[in-house]
Amino acid sequence: MKPKDTSVRYLLSSSPHAHASVSVTRLMLDVILALLPTTAAGIAFFGWPALWTVLTCVVSAVATEALCRRAMGREQTVGDLSAVLTGLLLALNLPAGLPLWMAAAGSVFAIAIAKQVFGGLGMNPFNPALAARAFLLISFTGPMTTWLKPFWWRSPEAMTTATPLATQEFPGFADLFLGIMPGCIGEVSALALLVGAAYLLVRRVITWHIPVAFLATCAACALVLGGAPVHVQLLSGGIVLGACFMATDYVTSPASAKGKLIFGCGCGLLCMLIRRFGAYPEGCSFAILIMNAFAPLISRWTKPKPFGAK
Amino acid sequence: MKTVTSPFRFKGGVHPDYNKELARDLPIETLSCPAELVVSLSQHLGAPATCLVKPGDYVVKGQVLGSRTGFISLAVHAPANGIVKAVEPRLTASGGQSPAVVLDTTAPAPEGVDPTERVLAPLDWQTAPREDLLRRIEEAGICGMGGAGFPTCVKLNPPPGKRCEFLIVNGAECEPYLCADHRVMIERADRIRTGVEIMRRVLGDPAVRIAVEANKPEAIAALERAFADIAGDVEIVVLPVLYPQGSEKHQIYATVGRVVPEPPALPIDVGCVVENVGTVAAIADAVEKGKILLSRVTTVSGDAVATPKNVEAPIGTSYADLIAFCGGTKGTPAKMISGGTMMGFAVATDRIPTTKTTSGLLLLSERRVFRYSSQACINCGRCLRACPMNLDVAEIGKAVESDDMAEAESLHVMSCIECGACSFSCPAYRPLTQHCRRAKGTIRARLAAARAAVASAKATT
Repeated sequence: MKPKDTSVRYLLSSSPHAHASVSVTRLMLDVILALLPTTAAGIAFFGWPALWTVLTCVVSAVATEALCRRAMGREQTVGDLSAVLTGLLLALNLPAGLPLWMAAAGSVFAIAIAKQVFGGLGMNPFNPALAARAFLLISFTGPMTTWLKPFWWRSPEAMTTATPLATQEFPGFADLFLGIMPGCIGEVSALALLVGAAYLLVRRVITWHIPVAFLATCAACALVLGGAPVHVQLLSGGIVLGACFMATDYVTSPASAKGKLIFGCGCGLLCMLIRRFGAYPEGCSFAILIMNAFAPLISRWTKPKPFGAK
Repeated sequence: MKTVTSPFRFKGGVHPDYNKELARDLPIETLSCPAELVVSLSQHLGAPATCLVKPGDYVVKGQVLGSRTGFISLAVHAPANGIVKAVEPRLTASGGQSPAVVLDTTAPAPEGVDPTERVLAPLDWQTAPREDLLRRIEEAGICGMGGAGFPTCVKLNPPPGKRCEFLIVNGAECEPYLCADHRVMIERADRIRTGVEIMRRVLGDPAVRIAVEANKPEAIAALERAFADIAGDVEIVVLPVLYPQGSEKHQIYATVGRVVPEPPALPIDVGCVVENVGTVAAIADAVEKGKILLSRVTTVSGDAVATPKNVEAPIGTSYADLIAFCGGTKGTPAKMISGGTMMGFAVATDRIPTTKTTSGLLLLSERRVFRYSSQACINCGRCLRACPMNLDVAEIGKAVESDDMAEAESLHVMSCIECGACSFSCPAYRPLTQHCRRAKGTIRARLAAARAAVASAKATT
């Protein structure tokens, strides 16, 4: 071998030498952007308490992520925006007016316990925001089920109420669709949520499989199990938020199209069974958490068949 | 003859930036002969050729430098007159070394040596026996010029019991930047037609499907003109623009709807033979004109080349000479790639020779080079959706990172065609193709070691 042949001049790497220029950070940013309409709607309906809850959750989630990574001696991952997204999703799953220390405790739980303990982004078996919501709901049931009325500042004599799912007194279709009803900050406005979901579909951040399977199963169950009309059941509670933004979390749902359909159907079925037969009026977050546990099993059942394999 | 649109769409695939406009409309230019040629004895798939020359020998153009060593092997010829300076290991594009004959083409012919080029006698392909045609294709040193370099004489001679029902001519050229096949289709469509007619005779009159991606309308028009009055079942199949449309298995599916089973199955097992358009044109020249395969068309392109060109250069031309022919570099090249950006080899130096399979040479500036540090898998499923083989690439990647090659094998990693679609699509910049490549190498080495152990055990008993 002649020495002149060994002089390295150009960058060496194994193919491919091209990339689709899609990144984890960009995907997280897209989901955050898609959540802005519903965040804005929540703040418009529930006022300053909603804004403070969102800010508290996001800031404490990012701070927890930074501290955890430092404590574990791992590379810093705040820049991937996943902690921002988890904080935002948690806030959207909380009632406005929840004491802020509880919201912050939820964020700490979501990031430290539900995510970083398992190794960080990509390793968590359960959706961190939903795990934190379940933690808060069990620990602080009262505050977590006390809802501000939309535009509560107009009727200061009765600012809080129960969820329509508990009282079974539902507003009209327009209010249901726009979100003029008591509920979590980010779950009330189906219109804003669907705008965001459409953005994610167009940007190909998510596929249609989980939301469609989830919503269709809920509709079918509502018909079979009875109760309020189908559109009322779909538009109240957290089903739209859950189907479009919580169940579609990559890490905690199956990757294949068939797996996503099974996962979405399971979420819808469990959600409606909990609503109909469970102790809680709303079952969406528990349904998704239970299906999170089944996601690896579903992936195993729906292993892709290689092209040309028998 | 008719032109049809492919009714079969394979699952997966990606859309990289093709950047073909850099060289698409540039006619093929000829690089006559550089002062030094480095002719590798291992340009084809299979055993390297056995060297027949020694330093100091004078060789003439077309003379055999190395002879075919086994069934899957090929002869290598001198692309020009010259003196053998050395026979030594030289760097190859894939990063290894292989024995090569170094020729000084400036040396004059010694006294008493006839410097006339060695050519083969032209054959009349319409009357010559099939065996003569096959032997000619072997003697001319023709291998698949699309990239793999499989000896063509072996491919055109299916084992007993296997019949070729479809001859598929691969003009997809789905790799970004590359336009060599595109130009051959435009400028040498008549050669491709003659090559097709020869191959049809050799293979026992199969139906012919010529596959071209829809982004090459000029090539389709040229082929339509050349094939207008051909008899028999011949179709030009227009394929959707999708990478890796040129992959053998996917091309077979896209043109005739047949699925090649997992390795070790071959296209002939589903009655298909696939040959690249450049190879088909080389077959026509070898038979009709007696020309040995001594040069090929290579696209020299990229944003760090002064003037991108489609160059027909003698085999053994160094990358440095190719780039000099294209006006040298522009700006500061950061990466040099032999082949395209999806499956090509990055090379460290321009002191590497072209071979029969060098379809492209790219020089990219820092702006076009992507550097990454990989993150954890977020299970987004993009690799699975991109994989044309429908492999669970994310799981294979995790298995390889845990050094669990048995798990990778059970996830069918051996079916991976290393097209790069998974790495290309991964938002976490995970080196998935690279993981698959490593797993395949490790598993192959293990199988070879096991075979060797069995053989030595047999030898001792």
